[in-house]
Amino acid sequence: MKILGSEITPYKTYLNRRKFIKGSLASAMLATVTSSAFAKHDSDLSIYTNNLNEKDKLNSYEEITTYNNFYEFGTHKKHPHLNSGNFKPRPWTIKIDGLVKKPQTFDLEKILSNVTIEDRVYRLRCVEAWSMVIPWQGFQLSELIKMAEPLSSAKYVQFLTVFRPEEMPGQQKRTIIWPYREGLRMDEAMNPLTILATGLYGHEMPNQNGAPIRLVVPWKYGFKSIKSIVEIRFLDTQPETSWETLAPWEYGFYANVNPNVNHPRWSQGTERRIGEFKRRETLMFNGYEEEVAHLYKDLDLTKFY
Amino acid sequence: MFSTRNFNRSKPVLFILILFPSLLWAYQFVTGNLGVNPIEKLMDELGLMALRLIIITLMITTLSNIKPLKSIVVIRRMIGLFAFYYVCLHFSTYIVLDHFLDIQFIIQDIIKRPFITFGFISFLFLIPLASTSTNNMIKRLGFKLWKKIHYLIYPVAILASMHFYVLVRADKTEPVIYMGIIILLLLHRIFKRLTRPQLAQ
Repeated sequence: MKILGSEITPYKTYLNRRKFIKGSLASAMLATVTSSAFAKHDSDLSIYTNNLNEKDKLNSYEEITTYNNFYEFGTHKKHPHLNSGNFKPRPWTIKIDGLVKKPQTFDLEKILSNVTIEDRVYRLRCVEAWSMVIPWQGFQLSELIKMAEPLSSAKYVQFLTVFRPEEMPGQQKRTIIWPYREGLRMDEAMNPLTILATGLYGHEMPNQNGAPIRLVVPWKYGFKSIKSIVEIRFLDTQPETSWETLAPWEYGFYANVNPNVNHPRWSQGTERRIGEFKRRETLMFNGYEEEVAHLYKDLDLTKFY
Repeated sequence: MFSTRNFNRSKPVLFILILFPSLLWAYQFVTGNLGVNPIEKLMDELGLMALRLIIITLMITTLSNIKPLKSIVVIRRMIGLFAFYYVCLHFSTYIVLDHFLDIQFIIQDIIKRPFITFGFISFLFLIPLASTSTNNMIKRLGFKLWKKIHYLIYPVAILASMHFYVLVRADKTEPVIYMGIIILLLLHRIFKRLTRPQLAQ
């Protein structure tokens, strides 16, 4: 698999780790090699090492790439892995419009040449009460927002997934209204934890995980982390989001991980970490309380779920 | 014309065929071949199998109205009991593997979440059905009462399909198909009932 120069991470340990992955070794080996390599990160990695519990262990490449919710490729967890082979993530452009100085379309390569790709190891908590720990590569969304030059009137950011029913068989069926849409408040979008990811485990982003570029907002349920983004709009009103439109009584705009606010059909108090036998307690804001709780201090989280 | 004997002879084969998936999944579970989220997968497969078997028992009754298939009812009990077997495995996976015998949580879950409530009531209704599924019980209860008890299969089927319907997040095609089949089978029974007295006249 070809890896772009821009996606090579600055960390020695990571390069070592990637050699194993490039040889596409068995996932079992991956799991043991990588998790021990990760623990040896040496420079300024506090932004994520601090945010992971000592009990957190990386999920394997196989787990991360064969168990996905990406309805564009089908509604079963294995569908994205099985049905995404025809998807062509290159070339890729991202259209920037709405309340910006100048609406424009960026070539992905151009964006990547202007940002620093870094490692971010995050917990991902799905609204369905399972979770994983994923080593992403990407850059802070705030960097792209700076490039986009939004007007001061812009209070929200909306994201749209690509619509290509011929390459994404799930889009041939009206399970949800295509294209998939998501959104963030501007301060959430600017938070240093919020990234646009372009790779995982040192690979270019696999198709089933949202190639070539996707959002990762680790303190929110996974469905907020929209995949295969082609358009970003800056707005002054709260944008429509796909799951909220589909079932507003179940999925809110905020979708912050919150063990105290249950989904109407199941409890959010616990979760199954993929690869583990016993359920774990779900953490407030998925364990990123320190970084993001201040964003919501005036918000009733039971009402704005 | 298929005789009772034909159907009775097929029983051992059916028995193995219907039992086999549970053994396969148990083996795959133990050896770690049930995918990335094996507990969820096991629970889904067991539950789906149970629902399909429940629908098949309803179909058998309908099919037995067709003259050449009259004797097919002799395999119904076995399939019904297998449905109960899969429901029990499904339920115990939920209790033991999914929630690790956290009884307090499970009780809350059953009361508070409609889809679990549907599933649980469906399971409860199946208990009297399964426990009266012997020739001896039919004799002891009398056929009329026994038949009345076994009407419980209708709420069981409806609740089980609702349990599945509510659980699915977006693409409801499969649960809707099952519900459709159940409704058709029930409508057929109602239709039969309404037309029967006229035929007698």
